[in-house]
Amino acid sequence: MKAPERYYDFQKDISGCGVFGVIHKTRGLIPGDIPIRAMTCMHDRGNGLGGGFAAYGIYPDLADKYAFHLMCDTQAALDSAEEVLKHYFTVHLAEPIPTRKVLAIIKPPILTRYFLTPKKDRPQEVRELGEQDYVVSAVMHINHKVAGAFVFSSGKNMGAFKGVGFPEDIADFFRLEEYSAYIWTGHNRFPTNTPGWWGGAHPFTLLDWSIVHNGEISSYGINRRYLCEHDYLCTLMTDTEVVAYLLDMLIRKHGLSKEMACKVFAPPFWDEIERMPKQEKEAYTALRMVYGQALLNGPFAILVADNTGLFGLNDRIKLRPLVVAEKDDMVFMSSEESSIREVQPELDRVWMPKAGEPVIVHLEA
Amino acid sequence: MAKKLTLDASGIYYRQLNEQIREAVDAGTTDFVLQNVNGQRYLAGALEGDLNFEIQGVPGQDMCSFMRGPKVRVKANAQDGVGNTMDDGTVIIEGLAGDVVGYAMRGGRIFIKGDVGYRVGIHMKAYMEKLPTIVIGGKAGDFLGEYMAGGIILLLGMFSDKPTEPIAGRSLGTGMHGGVIYVRGGVPKEQIGPGLTTQPLDESDRLVIQGIVKDYAKELGLDAKAILASDFVKIKPFSHRPYGNLYVPA
Repeated sequence: MKAPERYYDFQKDISGCGVFGVIHKTRGLIPGDIPIRAMTCMHDRGNGLGGGFAAYGIYPDLADKYAFHLMCDTQAALDSAEEVLKHYFTVHLAEPIPTRKVLAIIKPPILTRYFLTPKKDRPQEVRELGEQDYVVSAVMHINHKVAGAFVFSSGKNMGAFKGVGFPEDIADFFRLEEYSAYIWTGHNRFPTNTPGWWGGAHPFTLLDWSIVHNGEISSYGINRRYLCEHDYLCTLMTDTEVVAYLLDMLIRKHGLSKEMACKVFAPPFWDEIERMPKQEKEAYTALRMVYGQALLNGPFAILVADNTGLFGLNDRIKLRPLVVAEKDDMVFMSSEESSIREVQPELDRVWMPKAGEPVIVHLEA
Repeated sequence: MAKKLTLDASGIYYRQLNEQIREAVDAGTTDFVLQNVNGQRYLAGALEGDLNFEIQGVPGQDMCSFMRGPKVRVKANAQDGVGNTMDDGTVIIEGLAGDVVGYAMRGGRIFIKGDVGYRVGIHMKAYMEKLPTIVIGGKAGDFLGEYMAGGIILLLGMFSDKPTEPIAGRSLGTGMHGGVIYVRGGVPKEQIGPGLTTQPLDESDRLVIQGIVKDYAKELGLDAKAILASDFVKIKPFSHRPYGNLYVPA
């Protein structure tokens, strides 16, 4: 479904972001058409001020390179960003991200992608960092210090595509029907607290992590300050950005499992912890004490992907909808069941996960 | 005489679909079959009178909102906001339903075969002959009957996809100050909102439940005897004005 002509003449616009995700557990490739049609079905959950997709498995020939997607306001910003990239990395391939002209997409930034490996002879100031920290520091450097330039995707064999527009128009613009992936996520934005701009569209990413989110992170201030202490700098003016960096910190750096990270984001209530057996009680108490500043307050339904799988999570009182469905080797997660039925009418199982309880799907082998 | 209309909803935007339905109602159509529905919002919204709908496919948000009278049968799952501020009529959902079913519902009946999401029956209210009723065949998420001011919620927990979950989520009936929630079997104490307790049924409760279950079982092709084979408990507000002193102590 797509809004008819002159949809903007309608008197009322009732919305609240939409998210969709699909994973093929044995890495079967899902054509871009699937997430695009699913998001189009949820057209009315957004208002045209943000749409985006993340796709995994799209650069198999360059799978060992970090795929950086950059958006730059001007050629000068791109030149400055490229200088930083060359300072940190060996550039194997640099090219414009393929796009086509779409009437609905107005004034896109300059979109470029680079396939990179860290330099053998690394710059003095970051020489001691592990490889992934090194990549993170390069992303932070560009996003924080290069005016008008943003890295919006920095993982391997994956990519984010996003901007200002409805998701179906963003997909058209980025020619996403030409890609196939074993994990897709999609987002339809209805910005509430922060500007609808290209960097602020979802997904938010760092390394292989990508997240799409329906809701608002009321704890943004605390999360952001906490991340700042750990050298993650928020620059994209949207609350969801903190989740991407928290995931990287909790799971990659601190070694928490996805399950544990979810329990940091949406912990059990104290009265539930009180009723737990001793060992669990101690574990959850410790988790809340140590990671109180990483707790996500406020309504959310999030879908998180990386190169090992896809998971969905609701806030602990479920203030946003989330539906999960299975069909053979595929698992779907969405704000609305209809968007799943749009692309897969027959399903083996459909359910709504419990608040605060993640649904985690791993890629096999 | 009933006048029938079958509409193929595939690919039709919700506004156009609802416009077609309203035009047909104005032209005297009373029985509708909507085929290939998928995600269209507000179906049967604000319609009045003796109309029948069979919906094939998953309807979108706020189905039957502000509805007054029609009977709507969904042959699939339903999404969020079914029967939002509904005033009269009957909704039958043969699958599961999402969050906030019967939000601020003022009258009529909603029969759901399977599980429901969160905040079902929130802000339901009753007035004089208006007695909204929701029957849930499966299990419910948190905040069932939150701020409930009137009406009946009947929770069976029988046709659920979630064998290990409690029959109702946390904070059942929180802020409730009217109406009644009946739960088949029982409900763990920690799931019930502050100040509320379960109570045994009296004879008038049993008659009410029997009447509702009879209709529910008939509409969904279920065995009323099997549903009534277990006892129920009831949850009611603990006084006429349980929160009278919350902000301004008397």
